[in-house]
Amino acid sequence: MSEQTEASVRAEARAWLEANWNPDLGLVEWRNKLIDSGWGVPSWPRDWFGRGLPVALEAVVEEELRRIGAVGVAKTGIRRLAAATLLVHGNDAQKQKWLRRSLTGEDTWCQLFSEPGSGSDLAGATTRAEFKGNRWVVNGQKVWTTSAHHADWGLLLARTDVNVPKHQGMSYFVLEIRQPGVEVRPLRQMNGHASFNQVFFTDAEVPPDNLVGEVGRGWAVATTTLMHERRGADGIRTWGQASDRAGRVYDEERAEIVTVMEPYKWYPQRAGRVDLVVERAKATGRASDPLVRQEIAKLLTMSKAAEWTARRARAAQALGRPPGPEGSLGKLVSSHVARAAARVHTLISGADAMLTGEDAPMDGLIAEILVSVPAGSIAGGTDEIQRNIISERVLGMPKEPRTDNDRPFRDVPKNLVG
Amino acid sequence: MQFSFTGEQEEFRSVLRRFLEEKEPTTVVRRLMETEAGWERDGWRELNQQLGLTAVHIPEAYGGQGFGYVELGIVLEEMGRALLCAPYFASTALAATAIMNAGTDAQKRTLLPDIASGDTIATLAFTEPNGRWDAAGFATTATRADGAYRLDGIKSFVLDGHTADLIAVVANSDKGLSFFTVKGDASGLHRRALKVVDPTRKQARLEFRAVKAELLGEEGGGAAPFAKTMTQAAVCLANEMVGGAERLRQSALDYANLRVQFGRTIASFQSMKHKQADMLVDVELAKSAAYAAASAAAEDDAELPALASLAKACASEAYMQTAIHTIQIHGGIGFTWDNDTHLWFKRAKSSEVFLGDPAYHRELMMRAWGV
Repeated sequence: MSEQTEASVRAEARAWLEANWNPDLGLVEWRNKLIDSGWGVPSWPRDWFGRGLPVALEAVVEEELRRIGAVGVAKTGIRRLAAATLLVHGNDAQKQKWLRRSLTGEDTWCQLFSEPGSGSDLAGATTRAEFKGNRWVVNGQKVWTTSAHHADWGLLLARTDVNVPKHQGMSYFVLEIRQPGVEVRPLRQMNGHASFNQVFFTDAEVPPDNLVGEVGRGWAVATTTLMHERRGADGIRTWGQASDRAGRVYDEERAEIVTVMEPYKWYPQRAGRVDLVVERAKATGRASDPLVRQEIAKLLTMSKAAEWTARRARAAQALGRPPGPEGSLGKLVSSHVARAAARVHTLISGADAMLTGEDAPMDGLIAEILVSVPAGSIAGGTDEIQRNIISERVLGMPKEPRTDNDRPFRDVPKNLVG
Repeated sequence: MQFSFTGEQEEFRSVLRRFLEEKEPTTVVRRLMETEAGWERDGWRELNQQLGLTAVHIPEAYGGQGFGYVELGIVLEEMGRALLCAPYFASTALAATAIMNAGTDAQKRTLLPDIASGDTIATLAFTEPNGRWDAAGFATTATRADGAYRLDGIKSFVLDGHTADLIAVVANSDKGLSFFTVKGDASGLHRRALKVVDPTRKQARLEFRAVKAELLGEEGGGAAPFAKTMTQAAVCLANEMVGGAERLRQSALDYANLRVQFGRTIASFQSMKHKQADMLVDVELAKSAAYAAASAAAEDDAELPALASLAKACASEAYMQTAIHTIQIHGGIGFTWDNDTHLWFKRAKSSEVFLGDPAYHRELMMRAWGV
């Protein structure tokens, strides 16, 4: 095998793109072409739409796509997690069935992990999947399911055996969302948006071919999904940015992004909108108050240091160095920044911080920050769980004592209320 | 901006760390801190002859090694980690930097080679008993008579001021803020070691009574070089502080893993694990800020004044907070003289205030950003 260098990859990708890129193609048609060439997911294996390139060289291909203005494979939303998980754990038939259609964007996905009774403790899920006759029958409830209302498929983590310890009794399925046994209801949050859903299963059915991995080995599969989810959460990601160029393929991509990104429209406010602080302080005249100046400066200091910490982690990754502690802190730091930003926005707004909607500063945008920030320190691993992870995995401190791992799941105390 | 160290820089750091661990264990720190000078020539020579540290950021034309602020930052971080007792900050970070910023080419050729070799210990006298770090607070005067300048006034908080061979002084003449140099044994200069909280970094009060001084650079042209020196010194101190903070954090973790109460190590308590996670966040964010500022100083980036103050404020608070946590984690033993934690605690306290406290630097940062 010939050695792939940055220069050779760049030259080859550029030549292919220059010969094939055509903004007048349909989105799916173009993506199929890109997938067939291997440039859509270049770090994937050659057998599955990739070119087997080292992950570090993926950025080179991304740059070439951007240079020519070409649209890449569908990467937004849960379909990115689905594709990454199935690539590792799916069998050939499953890969054939779902990988290509996930990359083209034809299939959309949701993640059916969290339950009312198991948030931080995902392996405590009680949604049951029982094999009856020739199919799996699912009963139970999931929650915090982004995009379930327009998803085709769900990544389902369900209990298949209560007589073994919790992590050994779970299995991982692909569940078809549009079927009679599945009911999707929107979940309204404290900020008024309904970005998530509750998903109820009443004898929902899953064919045996949709079991991913082996029965009882679902936790390992779910770990892959979660790993990819966390990888996208270092605080400096930019996803779902549509091009403003003209052309059929761009029009179709814009429509896709609008749909996929709709649940995330308040996420910038959840992160605290540090970018607005200085301009708000100047506009309100509060920038001349020494106390406000100090609080703004503290916030900007933390925010900048957080950004540089993420950049240090990325720089180490790009050099192929082992990950240092700086790579594990992003999630926790981003909730500190968000909370500090909410405090500073309140300080700047004064009495107006009591108002919302068109009576409030920036037509309610500031109010939306104040009532959205609490989500950041909960979603995707609470601050407390992050501190456990940092202390145990980064600092090597003792693990939490557990009483739920060494006995059958049926004997583990559970929530009385969901 | 540079977000990772090169292989050479990492290697330099590890050589330096090994050297300092061997030559400057806390037994040596404790011995030197009890002396009035606070350091000794033998150890200082070894440091400079073997590693050439005093020459790091001085250009080759003036007898230095010609490295930049990233390398200087590494040196200071490791020295802060080891709590090195030496006039390095005074001579290299403050005085050599001031001479590079203010001096004429001829003066640099005369003064810097001996500082670069470590043969001359220099320091910078700027702040006065009123404790102000901005030049508007300086009252020391320089008057010209019979073709010579004479200095009158009192400088305080002068690092290693009672032992330095050469003192760069910031004073006001008729034409405005100017730099001067004075020999340590100059006539009319009265030097007194101050009683300091941090005995590993000595300070002195210098009283100038008609002390004959040499003008450094241009008379009245001191404002810009002084501002630049303070900015670069803030970068240096921030990097030194994160080295100390990292050392404390590690010692707190090691202790928590050893100490047993209620039949288990205290490291197994979730309150301890969460505190350690928070300490890691504080120290890593401060490191990021200090490294970014060093990188900006190396490139003489336009953002440098803001980033230097940001790093100084961030590192000051992280170091002090880490020191407070580290004492707390050690419990009663942490409050004893025999335990080493207080040595770094006191450096953290002194460094928090030296060159301006966090609130002062946050205000400078806001002004630099035009807010």
